Amino acid sequence: MPYNCIVLVKQVPDTAHITGQAMKEDGTVNRAALPAIFNPEDLNALEMALQVRERHGGRVTVLTMGPPRAAEILREALYRGADQVILLSDKRFAGSDTLATSYALKCAVEHVGDYDIVFCGRQAIDGDTAQVGPQVAEKLGIPQITYAESIEALEAQYIVAWRAFPRGREKVRCSLPCLLTVVGSANQPRPPSARRMMAYKLAATPLEYAALLEQYNEFESAAALDAYLAERGLQIPLWDADDVGADTTWLGLGGSPTKVLKVDFVVVERQESKELPATGEGTTILVRELIDEYIL
Amino acid sequence: MADNFFADNLDLQFHLDRLDLGEVVDSLEDGYTQAAQYPAAPRNYADAMDNYRRILHLLGEICATRIAPRAGEADEAGAHFQAGTVSYAAPTQEALALLRQADLMGAMLPRQYGGLNLPGTIFQMMVEILSRADAGLMTLFGLQEISSTIAEYGSEEVKAQVLPRFARGEVTAAMVLTEPDAGSDLGAVQARALQDQETGEWRIHGVKRFITNGAADIHLVLARSEPGSDDARGLSLFLVERDESVHVRRIENKLGIHASPTCEIQYDNTPARLIGKQRFGLIRYAMSMMNGARLAVSAQALGIAEAAYREAWRYAQKRAQFGQAICALPAVYRMLLSMRGEIEATRALVYETARQVDLLRACDRRGDRTRTRQLSRRLDLMTPLVKYYATEMGNRTCYQAMQIHGGAGYMREFNVERHARDVRVTSIYEGTSQLQVVAATGGLLGHGIDDLLDEWRSPDDDADLAPLKKGLEQAVQVYRHCVDHLKGSEDVQLVEYYAVDMVEAAVHILNSWLMMRDAPHSPRKREMAHVYVADALPKIQCALAALQAADPAPLRAHKEILSGPF
Repeated sequence: MPYNCIVLVKQVPDTAHITGQAMKEDGTVNRAALPAIFNPEDLNALEMALQVRERHGGRVTVLTMGPPRAAEILREALYRGADQVILLSDKRFAGSDTLATSYALKCAVEHVGDYDIVFCGRQAIDGDTAQVGPQVAEKLGIPQITYAESIEALEAQYIVAWRAFPRGREKVRCSLPCLLTVVGSANQPRPPSARRMMAYKLAATPLEYAALLEQYNEFESAAALDAYLAERGLQIPLWDADDVGADTTWLGLGGSPTKVLKVDFVVVERQESKELPATGEGTTILVRELIDEYIL
Repeated sequence: MADNFFADNLDLQFHLDRLDLGEVVDSLEDGYTQAAQYPAAPRNYADAMDNYRRILHLLGEICATRIAPRAGEADEAGAHFQAGTVSYAAPTQEALALLRQADLMGAMLPRQYGGLNLPGTIFQMMVEILSRADAGLMTLFGLQEISSTIAEYGSEEVKAQVLPRFARGEVTAAMVLTEPDAGSDLGAVQARALQDQETGEWRIHGVKRFITNGAADIHLVLARSEPGSDDARGLSLFLVERDESVHVRRIENKLGIHASPTCEIQYDNTPARLIGKQRFGLIRYAMSMMNGARLAVSAQALGIAEAAYREAWRYAQKRAQFGQAICALPAVYRMLLSMRGEIEATRALVYETARQVDLLRACDRRGDRTRTRQLSRRLDLMTPLVKYYATEMGNRTCYQAMQIHGGAGYMREFNVERHARDVRVTSIYEGTSQLQVVAATGGLLGHGIDDLLDEWRSPDDDADLAPLKKGLEQAVQVYRHCVDHLKGSEDVQLVEYYAVDMVEAAVHILNSWLMMRDAPHSPRKREMAHVYVADALPKIQCALAALQAADPAPLRAHKEILSGPF
């Protein structure tokens, strides 16, 4: 039986390629100086959704909340096989913490409607909170499987999945609909398809029309471009707070109880050392300590 | 390790930006009318070029981040043979899966069969990028040429049945030509194709050897369809879908390209379908397929050379001796410069040749007989020249790259050791360098490079290039005399003996010409032109001196020396 999947994704600064200008003087991330990428574990979430569709049928809808530029990762999702993508963008979302973000996403997921599984990456590489997925599930009132690594079975009303932790695995069964947060070890995300890349490269939200008109002088007006995109199914829907029926008091800075007071640069230094005898017993003590410290 | 083998390669991008593929793409896209039918088809030339750039970028990323990091492992494990079954190494299987998922396995096939409808020039760029990542994997990827041969000469029925499976990456192919006693001399092929007089069905019997990817699902087999014949005109080309009558007897234990299984195959009454017309198997279809493959092997050698050069450059910066990084030593940077010059010259020559192949197809498609014939004659010369130069260059480059590594480069831990092993086959398979010289000789004796020199002429008013140009023009004068001199010789053996010097002189002249053509378009290319010509001109003069002398002494003495006691 087919399952409708919604994948929540985020565009993040590429923290693996930090340059000197990565942080502003006030300690906040200088997003303009970092290339923006598809959050890595969100790609694992998308891959898992695409595999569900391949095995069982259904639709894969990819949703992101972010600035106009976040449409870049929606196109990437289309290149990789998403059926439909949606950009949730509104100035009133600006400054949202995880609570306000998850409220906005919850409203958008409900607005998409008719879903069986919501997939999220375990966490984003910029904030590293791992909170948004679980909070969305809470707000939707559906069960959640965090740290999901694989789906063992998917049958009519329930899902059986494996959760992965540093020191073990856990098999859980859960009713549908539900939400999964997916870990990086779940799969190898497929690359974009060259054919889909060519077919969807013009897919855009209305917020990008001005840039497209500048780049392609063959379109005389925004209306002409819009008609061209509409005819080919290349319009990316743009939803704002009103479209998804969000109560604006729960959005943005006003809806965010988290306040960042100060950001410190942390340098980890060795503070103490311990000498162990070079014997079997010494090795056992060392290994046990490493396990206790979650290093092994 | 770089993140993208296209984005980090300025010279490759330079050629993509500058190559004029307008006529080619216009023809491939039927005047851009395909856009109405296929969402992935370009609307105009700029749109097409944008697509090509995106595809190369996509492949560049897959190669740099997913394929190259495991190439050493693929080499170490190699393809495996057990109980008649061939399996690829795990990293090779995964790489093929990635390429399949990225829809890159039907690059040149028409859209109606699910292909990307790319020009051959772009395909060769893909081959270069992929070979830089994993030279052994290239043979599996590069065998797409075979599906293009089917697309060109196969019946509608065969095409509809086979090509979509290629485009989806479900099947791979093998070009099955050589036998134990028919290597360079393919006219001697003995495998038999017998036709059932009643049903008209063909069956193949015989043994083939040194077959790249011989366990592939689809084989194009060269076999003798005319009983009693003993030359090339008795051979036809057949399509075979591997079944239980096709036995892989062994795979070879090779020096390099371990990811690619090289098989010995026995056909035992195997059902086959004729491709094209009977008796044209070798003289038309296999030659056409091989010309494509020769260009792909040139791009392969280029990609390996690029990889080796980058290893050498990285090592030379890092390695300190005598109190400084060794890249500051003239003896070392001379090697690095020579490698760079040769790589960039090869790139210019490979993509210029690829473009002419595309033009040939475009002219053929619209029925322009005169130009088709002209381009075809030109390519009969350019293809062996580029195969000769690119693969010998690849070997020289890998030799020098290892040299720069010193003892470390001789060790398995360093990638350059693998590159040096992998590149070695490029000047052997798809026709040895010596065979390329033979193939180029006639064209060169007919002054075949003259119209290329006209076409690639750089502007005369460039003061900076004037001294280079003067030196080269003098060399061209001498070259022409030498060619006429050789042509006038009645001693065929003498001509064949010194033909390699003629090829050396000609290809270095052509390369210098291309480097100067490109020089005005970027400061980097201008410097490279100086570097290359400084290296190439003395080589040209050296080859010309050998030609001028054309000393008959070695020919007189060879029997006595080689056959006598020693």
